[in-house]
Amino acid sequence: MENTPNNHPPSSLLDDDAPIGNPAAERRQLLINTTTAFAVAGAACVAVPFLRTMSPSRATEALATVDINLAEVPLGSMKTFLWQGKPVFVWHRTPAQIATAKAQDATSTMQAQPDAERVQKPEWLVVLGICSHLGCVPMQGGKSDGWLCPCHGSQFDLSGRVTQGPAGKNLDVPPYQFLNETTIRVG
Amino acid sequence: MAHSLKPQKVENDIRNFGQWFEDRLPLGSFIKDGLADYPTPRNLNYMWNFGSLAGIALVLQIVTGLFLAMHYKPDIHLAFDSIQIIMRDIHWGWLVRNLHMVGASFFFIVVYIHIARGLYYGSYKSPREVLWGLGIIIFLLMMATAFMGYVLPWGQMSYWGATVITNLLSVIPFFGPEIVIWLWGGYSVGDPTLSRFYAIHFVLPFVIVAVVFLHLWALHHHKSNNPQGIDLSKADDFIPFHPYYTVKDIFGLGVYLIPFTFMVFFLPDALGHPDNYIPANPLVTPAHIVPEWYFLPFYAILRAIPIKELGVLAMFASILILFILPWLDRSPVRSARFRPLFRPLLVLFYANFLFLGYLGAMPAEAPYTTLSALATAVYFGFFAALPVLAIIEKPKPVPLTI
Repeated sequence: MENTPNNHPPSSLLDDDAPIGNPAAERRQLLINTTTAFAVAGAACVAVPFLRTMSPSRATEALATVDINLAEVPLGSMKTFLWQGKPVFVWHRTPAQIATAKAQDATSTMQAQPDAERVQKPEWLVVLGICSHLGCVPMQGGKSDGWLCPCHGSQFDLSGRVTQGPAGKNLDVPPYQFLNETTIRVG
Repeated sequence: MAHSLKPQKVENDIRNFGQWFEDRLPLGSFIKDGLADYPTPRNLNYMWNFGSLAGIALVLQIVTGLFLAMHYKPDIHLAFDSIQIIMRDIHWGWLVRNLHMVGASFFFIVVYIHIARGLYYGSYKSPREVLWGLGIIIFLLMMATAFMGYVLPWGQMSYWGATVITNLLSVIPFFGPEIVIWLWGGYSVGDPTLSRFYAIHFVLPFVIVAVVFLHLWALHHHKSNNPQGIDLSKADDFIPFHPYYTVKDIFGLGVYLIPFTFMVFFLPDALGHPDNYIPANPLVTPAHIVPEWYFLPFYAILRAIPIKELGVLAMFASILILFILPWLDRSPVRSARFRPLFRPLLVLFYANFLFLGYLGAMPAEAPYTTLSALATAVYFGFFAALPVLAIIEKPKPVPLTI
């Protein structure tokens, strides 16, 4: 090769000089720019359906709610249900546990939130069983009488509020409503 | 290319990133030389659009296939339903699958026209025999890929197509039946067959991409043939690929996409068979079993000879004979434009090929069986006539320049 890599001869066809002042060249440049713009917009439109195929399917979306029969959860015990593939903790709290949870309002300082705001009926605590750190499922126990995450040691109290990191947020309360005295619909 | 051992001046300032990178991996000049500045004969007609169209069709199959693979389940209990889930539940799944199905058919249409163009203008002749042979390899790989892809929905046509085609291999002397059982992974087409066909269906397109690169390499070595079929040497016989043929190919793509998208949106199943929407049943063969339309001419050749071994042999020979075409056709003139006997014979060959396709779709009964035998004879007769043709044919004067 005669040309050193730093000496590229300009191609007369590819590297048009700035077309300013030359009507034919300006016109061509405008056509190229608009065509390119439409091609890019078209490609973006075609990409949307492809990327959308990766979203949750209609069948998955149809499973967005689940009805839970509260009679399955005896007083003082906790049971796990599945909603959208995620565990939902339903804890049937005793009056003593409710009182403890209320008392813990003073110690939940990491994301302060009174217990009364986290429940619809004080005896039923419904929270997502997903640690707000990296998504492990916490287990019952720990020094705050609520949950302890086996992965990285986060602690949650009787209202599902974080009391010790690395998690920085309380266990989420999923959207739910009481259909009657013994049934809630989550989602 | 000769290797230069002289030390090169290189850009070491990484702030001039484009040049810095180019001096380490000359990707820009590779694309510029291979695609932008590639000297292309200035007299190419629209028949030369189909090469790049085939490339685009291949890319579309790979992209749509990738997204289908995210939802498809290669399990005999789940496969059929997973297709229905793609069609009904997955957002836009119907579009991606229709693009893939219609895309397969249109890929074959494009490639058939591409091969027909090569035949008409003598693009298979020296020095392009290897280019031509690589094209036939791509065609064979496409057929294998398409066949296995058609098995995946696990409908009645999938199952019985797979059964019939794999049984073709049972004619192999001595080991035939054992080879077929090995291929099935069982004693009939079943779950192991489906899983392996899926794996192979996924990987073969990438093998095709690799062979396409060799095909293009061979093409660029001697440059494109042209409608006159003569060797070009003058600089002004050529124009750079970009912008002249990029624009022409993009225009051609736009025209191509009109019937393509029409089929995708309005007639996605027109080229398929309704029986494939019945789940596979190993106990009942459909009354009238046909392969996908693009296999029909070869299917007709298979059925034309009522002896199993010879039928299978004839079918494989009908494709493999294309490999030796450059040596069968001894005429020094490439383009059919200047060959008064070859040209009408080739048109007859095209018509006969379409007729074979029609016969392949008909049931195996009179008069179609007799006509199939006749059309098969014409098919091979064309190739047999070529060596003689070169001797008796008096070509028209070939122009020295375009």
